Amino acid sequence: MMATALALVGPVAAQTPPNVLVIGQIAEPASLDPHVSTAANDFRIAVNLYDGLVRNKPGTLEIEPALATAWTISDDGLEYTFNLREGVTFHDGTPFNAEAVKFNFDRMLDENHPFASTGPFPLAFFFSSVDKVEAVDDLTVKFTLNEPFAPFMSNLASPTGLIVSPAAVEQYGADYGRHPVGTGPFKFEQWQSNTSVVASRNDAYWDGAPTLEAVIFRPITDANTRVAEMLSGGIDVLLETPPDNIAQFSNDANYQVKEVVGPHVWYVMLNAKDGPFADKRVRQAVNYAVNKQSLVDNVLQGTAGVSAGPIPPAFNWAYNEDVQPYPYDPEKAKALLAEADAEGATLTFLVTEGGSGMLDPVPMGTAIQADLAAVGLKVEIKTYEWNTFLSEVNPGLEGKADMAEMAWMTSDPDTLPFLTLRTAAFPAEGGFNSSYYSNPEVDKLLDEARVATDQSVRGDLYKQVQAITHEDAPWLFVANWKQNAVVTSAVGDFELQPDFSLVLRDVTKQ
Amino acid sequence: MGSYIAKRLLAAIPVIIGLSIIVFLVMKLIPGDPAQALLGSYATPDNVARINRALGLDRSWPEQYFIWVGNLLQGDFGRSYILNRPVLDEVLERFSATLILAGASLLICSVLGILAGTVSAVRQFGWTDRIVTFFVLIGISMPAFFLGLIFILFFAVQWRLLPASGMYAVYGGGDLPDLLRHLILPAGTLAIVATGVVARLTRAAMLEVLRQDFVRTARAKGLGEGAVIWRHAFRAALVSVIPVLGIQAGFVLGGAVYIETVFQWPGLGQMLVKAVSTRDLLLVQGGVLVAATVYVLVNLLADVAQATLDPRLKG
Repeated sequence: MMATALALVGPVAAQTPPNVLVIGQIAEPASLDPHVSTAANDFRIAVNLYDGLVRNKPGTLEIEPALATAWTISDDGLEYTFNLREGVTFHDGTPFNAEAVKFNFDRMLDENHPFASTGPFPLAFFFSSVDKVEAVDDLTVKFTLNEPFAPFMSNLASPTGLIVSPAAVEQYGADYGRHPVGTGPFKFEQWQSNTSVVASRNDAYWDGAPTLEAVIFRPITDANTRVAEMLSGGIDVLLETPPDNIAQFSNDANYQVKEVVGPHVWYVMLNAKDGPFADKRVRQAVNYAVNKQSLVDNVLQGTAGVSAGPIPPAFNWAYNEDVQPYPYDPEKAKALLAEADAEGATLTFLVTEGGSGMLDPVPMGTAIQADLAAVGLKVEIKTYEWNTFLSEVNPGLEGKADMAEMAWMTSDPDTLPFLTLRTAAFPAEGGFNSSYYSNPEVDKLLDEARVATDQSVRGDLYKQVQAITHEDAPWLFVANWKQNAVVTSAVGDFELQPDFSLVLRDVTKQ
Repeated sequence: MGSYIAKRLLAAIPVIIGLSIIVFLVMKLIPGDPAQALLGSYATPDNVARINRALGLDRSWPEQYFIWVGNLLQGDFGRSYILNRPVLDEVLERFSATLILAGASLLICSVLGILAGTVSAVRQFGWTDRIVTFFVLIGISMPAFFLGLIFILFFAVQWRLLPASGMYAVYGGGDLPDLLRHLILPAGTLAIVATGVVARLTRAAMLEVLRQDFVRTARAKGLGEGAVIWRHAFRAALVSVIPVLGIQAGFVLGGAVYIETVFQWPGLGQMLVKAVSTRDLLLVQGGVLVAATVYVLVNLLADVAQATLDPRLKG
């Protein structure tokens, strides 16, 4: 009896095996079919099982070759021709070729495709500008677009552009998401529901086999439990550490804390159609009134940086360094409010309880409320659960509220302003411009940027967009989230990527 | 007895039908839908409509309900929108995990609770009674999730004796000792509150029985004290304790929701919490239906056990 009891509680329980990396994920993956999935959580696994035609160069958001070795873009921006890498096979042994690429995009985009029913494909609209995909020869594939669409390459590098094995989709049908087959550095081995996803080294990987023998992803939803697992030795990598625990790990030599700013913006949209925010001076006033530095330092404990505009600094080629965040200046805010005759106004503020990329939305909302109270604005907070919140906010704020929290993570600088700041993106038109911001100059710049295939030209256009929107202040610009992870000292060459993916091909473990 | 059970089973049918309608309606009436949850910030009306069409959610509510029930009757619970997997597979897998957790804690709370309650009644106002009462009070007043966090802090993080979460180790484990090692903390935590309740009620029932005439008669006949208490009084007290165990079974099933979240136990409660927040309609409907059916059956079982012990109740 005693012996059994001792066997049950031996400290041997708390060791991860050598050369196998155990990762504490934030949730059970929904699907490992990258075209079906929408969650960053799933994509962190998928990017290790699959490759796309192109990928983001490690540490940047610049495009580099992956399954495609080179490409040409026609002058009118309508035809993209890719040369494919030779000799690559999927993990199931079937060859990667132009037909496989065509199969991937046809499945997502053509509702009559024989395997369209293996969807739905929620993010397929990333490629809605694609008119047709043709296999020119075995190793050449041509995409024809129905309009010029500059973000096309960034979207190809996003997880929705990862290439799956057609043979495996045919074999598993709707269950493909639990039997993923790609060309990536790790091969899928096993998915034990709610316990783990295991992937092993692909010795034949075209970009050099990884050092790690295997990686194991464990779903641990509760953040405190995730921290406890890290401290008790059950995992080697802890993702999305709660801000309160970061200091504890940075002060301990057994751990390394990794951080990187991602393409994320956290903002408060301001209703420019009716109410006090119809006046630009009031919108500027709240930007002066809120102490964003204190918000990211105290509420978010340094896990975010202060945001200056709608384009996150992670897109370094499109980010305007000259646009500085509004300084904290309550006196200036009061002066602007007096000028606009909006002193003592009452504002309704929609706040969510949680949600993708929303960080700590309730404490952030109350901190903003307190800062606005200090300049004499009375803010009434209404709190909603995430899905309810979206269905309140997405149809527009008119007649309902003056302010609403929102956050986006995107793969291209175009996405956020295009969907939220154009006149043609008002909710009635099917966009997300719920605050009804409208400036013809911004509309024009965004349209031009969308068709410009030269990256430096595009970059300049976005820099102008930032300067104008900063001045117009359609939002209260607040924060850019820094993604974090904690790894044990045994883990080497682990870096987080600005696109929020988790690239493990070069990681080592002693 | 057979007809009693049949009657009770028949009575459960309208309860389950009613429940299926309520669950269906509740999931329809809360704002947000699976397409919205899948698409998040990208939920344009176009995209939402496209996904709803793909999921068959563009049909009328009665149509959706009857399609669901029709499939159910053929044993098809549908596919989870979010997990992209048959609902029944997921629910059964999750439910067996919950049953292991709830079963273990029910066992712990029954054995410990009845034992503690009986001992403390027999030695009323003695030091055993005081110690038991003290721990019962702590057990009842401490929130289970908080206790769970404290256990994790000491047993997993400080002493590294037991795993902090999960049901099996992700490598090498998977056998019975591995399961038991993972089970100790969550089942123990879940059992503590229930143990207090059972001990308290057993103590009260025993005290009442001990005062009755037949116990005095048994003593007068010259039976040993052990025989009086265990063979006569204890058996009589059980009649009022057993239905409490039925209620406790429901309680541990419900309490499992918190414990599953704290200890990352892959059970039904944890699944339902997530499925509701992602508006995974079919998964919620299937999960609730299975849980409710089992709840009805457990209560039936408790009533049958009570009727067996006390023939007056058979009616």
